[in-house]
Amino acid sequence: MPEGINVKPILGEPVLKAEDLTVRFKRRNTDVAAVNGVSFALRAGETMTILGESGSGKSVSLKALMGLLPPYAQIQGKVWLNGRDMLTMPKAELGKLRGGAISMIFQEPMAALDPVYTIGEQISETIVQHEGISYTDAMKRALGLLEQVKIPSAERRLKNFPHEMSGGMRQRAMIALALACSPSVLLADEPTTALDVTVQIQILLLLRQLQEELGMAIVFVTHDVGAAAEISDRIAVMYAGRFVESGTVREIMKSPKHPYTQGLLSSTVHGGLRGRVLETIPGSPPNLAELPPGCAFAPRCRHVTDGCRSGIIPVITSDSGAMVRCVRATETVTA
Amino acid sequence: MSTTQTLDARDRGGPAQPLLTVDNLRKYFPVRGGMLNRQIATVQAVDDVSFSVRKGETLGIVGESGCGKSTTARLLMHLIKPDHGDIIFDGDAVGVESGITVNQMRRQMQMVFQDSYSSLNPRMTMTESIAYAPRMHGLSGKAALERAETLLSQVGLNPGHFARRYPHELSGGQRQRVNIARALALEPRLVILDEAVAALDKSVEAQVLNLLSELKSSFNLTYLFISHDLNVVEYMSDRVLVMYLGRVVETGPVEQIYRRPRHPYTRALFASKPTLDPDRRTTEMPLTGDPPNPINPPSGCRFRTRCAFAQAICAEQIPTLALPFEDVADTATPHLVACHRPEAQAAMGGAHHA
Repeated sequence: MPEGINVKPILGEPVLKAEDLTVRFKRRNTDVAAVNGVSFALRAGETMTILGESGSGKSVSLKALMGLLPPYAQIQGKVWLNGRDMLTMPKAELGKLRGGAISMIFQEPMAALDPVYTIGEQISETIVQHEGISYTDAMKRALGLLEQVKIPSAERRLKNFPHEMSGGMRQRAMIALALACSPSVLLADEPTTALDVTVQIQILLLLRQLQEELGMAIVFVTHDVGAAAEISDRIAVMYAGRFVESGTVREIMKSPKHPYTQGLLSSTVHGGLRGRVLETIPGSPPNLAELPPGCAFAPRCRHVTDGCRSGIIPVITSDSGAMVRCVRATETVTA
Repeated sequence: MSTTQTLDARDRGGPAQPLLTVDNLRKYFPVRGGMLNRQIATVQAVDDVSFSVRKGETLGIVGESGCGKSTTARLLMHLIKPDHGDIIFDGDAVGVESGITVNQMRRQMQMVFQDSYSSLNPRMTMTESIAYAPRMHGLSGKAALERAETLLSQVGLNPGHFARRYPHELSGGQRQRVNIARALALEPRLVILDEAVAALDKSVEAQVLNLLSELKSSFNLTYLFISHDLNVVEYMSDRVLVMYLGRVVETGPVEQIYRRPRHPYTRALFASKPTLDPDRRTTEMPLTGDPPNPINPPSGCRFRTRCAFAQAICAEQIPTLALPFEDVADTATPHLVACHRPEAQAAMGGAHHA
């Protein structure tokens, strides 16, 4: 059954591009640097996974792209969606894009769906809002969408409230809702984390198939290395608000260059490690309110040198577009 | 791994006597509703579950949410009272006149829960939490605190730093270490780990798993390791119990369960596991739909509604755990499967992920 899936060559202009995106949460006593300069470009039909542990800033980055952060968040940098700068856009215009050209699915569908409206009403409301077609036509589209995400007896499910559905079904309904206006970018924030393993693989396969049919770009955020290996074209590994390494799924999974990525992969448990002591990354992730200067991973890194603790960490980009942010990168990339 | 058990002074039944035997454990929860709050349905959370845990081994229980694995753990600890079934701890029946009391059993059997924060008292410091149970069981306050500090250093936390801290001052991984220390405070022989690493980040999870392995050999522990994470269960366990909707569908040594799963559900479960190899991605859905609701589960074999091999007999008779139809393995650790259909057990493929 396992079959080599070729990472498709993706060409053309990026649909979503971020340059030096930073997010700080400044409150009275604290200054949390959640995202510290994230840049990427995503083309149509491409899936980029942001892989990171809790507190690495992966969800905050996603919410910043979508404009969902609270007003006290200080967002800097540039984000272009189809060539238009999203961060300086007036609110009303951004509202038109959200749910239209860019939409998002969340970890907890029960919290993201409205409990007092049926699934059909929620989907058709979005369509009516964005496209101004009649409610009846929108309901027909909603039915088609539920069928597209493979919800059985879709016609009946259209009239269900979220609490009447199972977890996997709710996640499918949320995907249908996000796809209602054929977005060019889908942001997925840990959409399979709360699901059982047999349902998780169904959702991952569904997303892959929908992407093939609709050609949208996906930004997939997860902490699960397995899910990332199943869905991504490219992976960006995030640590303390920065991408420390990015590359194709093969480059990251098979020859990780950054010590954090190496540690993350080798501490991921699988059966082949039975009877052996697991390799671990010592310590715990840094406090984002008190980031050390230099490389944020330095206190936990086994290869740490004096150069890591001060100054600017070099970013090495290889010919294939793979990026590593590490003092040792010149040796490891060429080696 | 399980044979290196040294002699324990508390050992009563000898090495051949399983540390814990569970017979026909059952728990049905009533569902109330309607105008008069009458019982309108029952959730068959755990139905006729029997297994035993040998001295010094790690038994893994794996299954999806709602399969009854956590309820089983709570029934064993008598945190929920079972409707039916016997729990025998090292030869002594628990909670019956001729056996030992629930409290006596709990001295030897402790539990670590998934949520490290809610299982610690927010108003107690770490040493107070750990020392609480030994004090309740008659140790002097000073001796209990000393033991707590020793345990803290044994789980890798510096007592000087952590002894007087409160739960909110610790990270998730540190709190889970404290929970483990607390579970060990009474020097139990069996520790139930109910999704103990599920809420941790991967790099921290590996640290805690290493700690658990160390503690197991230094304290002569036996583990009941409950998790939904197939990789972690494979790494930790000697034997595995697979549950589906409140019943055991398959049990056996970990290599046999993972290399040659017999039950169609076990096979589908393993095939659903994401690969770590981008060149060998999953291309077909092993199962469709979600597990059915444990309220009014399917008759007969509970998996039959999602099973490709289901036939009339599967709806009529509840399959019992028995040896597989072909090639009977060694009888010391039998591989048992609850399935009527020989061809379902023979069908292979799909479960070859690294």
